[in-house]
Parts: sequence; C-alpha cells; structure tokens
Amino acid sequence: MIRLEKRPSPSRLWTVATPVLAVALTMIAGGLLFAALGKDPVAAIRTIFWDPLFNEQFAAYSRPQLLVKAGPLILIAIGLSLGFRAGIWNIGAEGQYIIGALSGAGVGLAFYPMEAWFIFPLMVLAGGLGGWAWAMIPAILKTRFRTNEILVSLLLVYVAEQILASMSLGLMRNPEGGGFPGSRNLQQYPSAANTELFAGTGVHWGVVAGFVAVILAYVLLNRHMLGFQIRLAGQSPRAARFAGVNPNALVVFCLGVSGALAGMAGLFEVSGPAGQVSIDFNQGYGFTAIIVAFLGRLHPVGILLAGLLMALTYIGGELAQFMLGVPAAAIQAFQGMLLFFLLGVDVLSNYRVRLGKREVA
Amino acid sequence: MKLNALLAGAALALGLAGAAAAQDKTKVGFVFVGPIGDGGWTYEHNQARLAVEEKFGDAVETVYQESVPEGADAERVLTQMALSGADLIFTTSFGYMDPTINVAQKFPDVKFEHATGYKRADNVGTYSARFYEGRAVQGHIAGRMTKSNVVGYIASFPIPEVIRGINSAYIHAKAANPDVQFKVIWAYTWFDPAKEADAATALIQQGADVILQHTDSTAPQAAAEKAGGIITFGQASDMAEYAPMPRVSSIIDNWAPYYINRVQAVMDGTWESDDTWDGIGAGMVKIGEISNAVPEDVKAEALALKEAIASGAHHPFTGPLNKQDGSVWLAEGEVADDGTLAGMNFYVEGLTGDIPQ
Repeated sequence: MIRLEKRPSPSRLWTVATPVLAVALTMIAGGLLFAALGKDPVAAIRTIFWDPLFNEQFAAYSRPQLLVKAGPLILIAIGLSLGFRAGIWNIGAEGQYIIGALSGAGVGLAFYPMEAWFIFPLMVLAGGLGGWAWAMIPAILKTRFRTNEILVSLLLVYVAEQILASMSLGLMRNPEGGGFPGSRNLQQYPSAANTELFAGTGVHWGVVAGFVAVILAYVLLNRHMLGFQIRLAGQSPRAARFAGVNPNALVVFCLGVSGALAGMAGLFEVSGPAGQVSIDFNQGYGFTAIIVAFLGRLHPVGILLAGLLMALTYIGGELAQFMLGVPAAAIQAFQGMLLFFLLGVDVLSNYRVRLGKREVA
Repeated sequence: MKLNALLAGAALALGLAGAAAAQDKTKVGFVFVGPIGDGGWTYEHNQARLAVEEKFGDAVETVYQESVPEGADAERVLTQMALSGADLIFTTSFGYMDPTINVAQKFPDVKFEHATGYKRADNVGTYSARFYEGRAVQGHIAGRMTKSNVVGYIASFPIPEVIRGINSAYIHAKAANPDVQFKVIWAYTWFDPAKEADAATALIQQGADVILQHTDSTAPQAAAEKAGGIITFGQASDMAEYAPMPRVSSIIDNWAPYYINRVQAVMDGTWESDDTWDGIGAGMVKIGEISNAVPEDVKAEALALKEAIASGAHHPFTGPLNKQDGSVWLAEGEVADDGTLAGMNFYVEGLTGDIPQ
C-alpha cells in the first residue's frame, strides 16, 4: 500500500531534485516515444541534449544560439514569476511581447533613415512602455472591476495579433518591399539594430537584459521589502493584508513589471534575431515562458537554467528533425512531457511517500 | 586566445566535414513551412523530395525539416542544415526570403533555391509556379457552376501571389457568368484547419455555393461536404479524397521535374542562380481531373481554356482590363508583364471589398 502524507512544509531537497528527476523521466518516456516511431532512442536523446553543445560540426554555431533562444524566454519568465509568486496570473505575456515589439519598432522606423546613438535606447524604452501599457489593461480592470486577469490578459493576446497583422500590412509595411507584408529590416538599419555584442557568442542586448533581470529579481525577492510582500501575498493573502500589503498596488506592480519585461523582450527580438515586424513575428515565447517560469520553480536562478534547458530542447529538437527524421510533432510532445513530468513529480516536494498500512491512531 | 583556438578547431573540423561530404553523396535539404502531412502545399514539396530520392537513389541524401516558423528560427534551421554538409537547400515558403539570403552569404559554397521570393544572389535562385493560370481554369468552372452567383474565396495573406489568384479567378468567372460576385475572407494563415473551416462555413452562410481556397488544408472541403451542394477545388494538392463532390477539380503543384533538374545541375557543377516562373505549359502547374459532377460542356470549355493557356494562345491577364477604381490597366489585346504580375497589389474592376492595408 502506497500512501501520500502531506509534508508540513515543502521538502527543500525535493524542490531542487524534482526538476532533475523530471528531465530524466522525460528522457526515458521520450526515448520510448522515439523508439515507437522507429528511431534510435539513444541517438535521438543524444542529438537533442548533447549535439547542440558538443557536436564538433554544429556546436560552434548552436551554443551561441542557445543564448539567442533562451534570452527572451528568461526575460519574460522572470517578470511572470514575480506575479505567479503573488498569485497574480499574467497569461498574456505573448500579447505584451507583440505590443512591445510594435512600439519599439515603431519608434525605430519613425526615425528611419536618420543615424543617431539615442535611437536604440529610445526603442528599448518604448518597447518596455508598450508592454507595460498592454499589461495595465488587465491590471486596471482587475483592480477597478474585479475582472479575472487570466482571461483578460489571455484574450488580449489575440487582439495584439490582429494589431500586428494590421501593422505589417499597413502602417509599418516596407514601402520598398514590393507590396509584400512586413516592415523594413531593422538589422539593416545600424542605429536601430540589436546586433551581436561579441562576435560568435550570440550575446545581444536582450540576452544581457535577461541576465540583469535575473540578478535584479534575485535581489528584489531576497533583500527587499517588496519581494517579501510578493512572497507573503502568494503564501497567505490574509496575513499579507494584516501586514499592510496593498493588494491592488501589488497587482499593478506585478503585471506592470511582467508586461514591461515581455515588451522589451519583443523589442530585442524584432530589432535583432527576427529583424522585422511581420504577420507571424510572434512564435509563442510568451507562452513558453510560462513553462520556463514553473520549470525554474519561480526562482530567478532556476529560471535562468530552465530557459537554457528549454532552448536546448528547441535547438536539439531541430537537429533531431533533420538529422534523424524525427517528426516535428514528436519534438513538441517531448517538450510537453517535460512540463507534465515536472508537475507530476512535484507531488514529491509537497508530500511524503509512505509504504505500508496506515497506522492506527 | 583560447576562444580563437576553439574557433579555429571548429573551422577545421567544418572544412574536413565539408570535404568529406563533397566526395560522396549530394546532400539536399528542404525547409517546409507546414507539416508534410498537410495534404496541400508542403505535401507536394515533400512528394517532389521523394521523387528526387527515387530518381537519384544512393547518389543523393535528402534531409528536411517541417513546420519551421518564418523568421529567426528559419535562419537557425538553415544554418544548421548548411553546417551539416548540405550542398543544395530548397526553402519552400515566401517568409524564408531574408533568412535564405542571410545564410547564403555565410555559406557561399552551398546553393539555395527559394520558392516564391524575389531576392536572389550568386548562390540563391528563386522559383515559383504560375498558379494564376490554374486559377483561370478554376474561375471558369466556378462561374459556370454557381447557381447563387456567389463565389467564396478563402485567401491567406494579402501578398501579390494571392491577389493574382483572386484576380485571375474573378476575370474568368466573370467572362463565363457576368452576374457572378466574389466574397473574399482573409484567413491570415497558410495552414490552420480550424480557421479554414470557419471561413468556409461563413462563406457558405453568406450564400456562396462555390468555395475557392488559397490555404493548404482540406478543412474547407470537409466543411463544404457537410453543408452539401457546395463545390470546391483542391489547392496545391489534388485532394482527390473529396472527389467527385465537393471537390470538382484542383490545381496541383508539380515540383518534382524542377527539383530533379536542379539537383542534377548541382551534381554536374552547372548550377547557376536564376529565376524560374513556370506554369501549365511547362508542367509545373497541373489541373486535377475534372470530376463527373461538372457537366460535359463545362468540362470541355475548361479543358480548352487549359490548352490555350498551355500553348500560350491565351494569357489570363489580357486587356481590356481596368483596376478596381476604374482606371485603365490593360488596353484591348495587351497582356500583363511579369513585373506587374509579380508585385500585383490591386484588384481588377468588379471585385468588391478592399485588400487589407
């Protein structure tokens, strides 16, 4: 007989061990999946987790790409984790990411073709402000009218996507693009380009911002009164109120910060790796970041590692696709398993597994 | 110092790998925008990939990656493919244009073929098919078959290729039936069965009894079958599983001869960057079998039109044609030049609604 016994407080050991266990279980279940598809499971797992880092043919290129892919994920996930800790659920980072990209790119395109040092900083500012403003919609609706921020922020993603389509076809369309949708390529406009800072490393301003966000979030949560209030509000809303935490201010702060960070991530992406505003510019970073935040235990350092791991499965997954012919859907299922197992084994940090009969009280 | 040594080592390894690859098989990569099982656009490109394998056997190795988003991800996928030793890479969607050009600059020895784009380089060629020729035949059948005189059109993105298709279908539908009108829905997707089914249902509710689609899934066919009495056309692929009704014919993209030709050129060392734009005449666009749901006389007219286009006797864009605003585009007997067609961003006279801006 197996029983679960609730722990008085979550186990510290298991809190750290469960992500590792989840990755191991994902490898096993994923291996079975690949084997069922007729692929060599060991080769597939090795291609996903090993080749992007150490394969001599690819690694020099794919290692920096890890940072390019992980940068926006980490930046967004850090912002989301603050709210998630306080029980404030911003599910619409994808929309804030889009609006941030549009606001920032809009500033850059407005200055075209002028060259000046202040254009890029202004774009970053506009990107952050755009994301912040988009997140303020659910924040104000929640504090004023008690609407559910999960629904409002999520549905605003679809509104943002429509605005993105309209911008790529209209206002921001490249006048020299032969009638095709999409803006000018910001990478070819030096004052607005988010270029690689050190050649061959993949590090651009967005990656730097991601690392800075990790450090600031760590300091905020561990050394600052506001961080304490965030944690308290999540663990015990009633106690938080007695301690003088203003729940409305917390909603505005958490949604605002996560919106601003998502908006900046969008700006760094549109001016860097993506290069232009286009109809399908957004690739789901805002949603994947939710997985990253939870995979990283809502802890800044955890999120840093989780972002890199997620990026690894993306890049390794691509390699597995064309090296071994693993279907794209199998890779997505593989990534889904990761979250599934993480949530599944989470039970171990909150419960103790007991073998044997229930003792008679 | 250490980094330099590392990079030098990587470059050396790369060079060795490249040299090794050159000695044996020709490696051909394909980047697909949808899943290979989409039943439409990507399906046909993949069929052509299989045809390349069948034709050259052990002399080639093909690799592919499906469902690659257009943008930053595409650039990484292409780079990794080039690093893996590919000699020739086909990028099969418009949105891969800038990534293809960027990656091609970094790998001057790898040849690239980009579908439906307009940017070329020494090692980047472009190719596309004159789908609008097929649209003309479709438009004729649609105009003759509709009873409600309302033809629904599921458009994907407002880019020249799609607008060209709408214009060509409308011109020929109108010639066959002066009362016909078109209703266009912009789906903003190449492949999204749920959205495509919604669009088809909405058009049917607005009275359309013929549905044309420029999206790649068979969902509109299924929606039309469910509604009953509606006719549709296969897009990119034959979609014969919906024949004889609702699917009465189709436009089939036939990339195999072109792909085989280009792979052969790389093997022979004769590959050169160029711009290929072939239609029915060259066999790149095919008209799927016209089903028996279409009356014999209509079928005969459609086949005659197809022959006329194939032989060059009829150009789908022949004057007199006016633009939507009433201004003159082509005078009597004048035919459109390829430049105008390639950048087409206007409707012809008679079409209602606006192209999204």
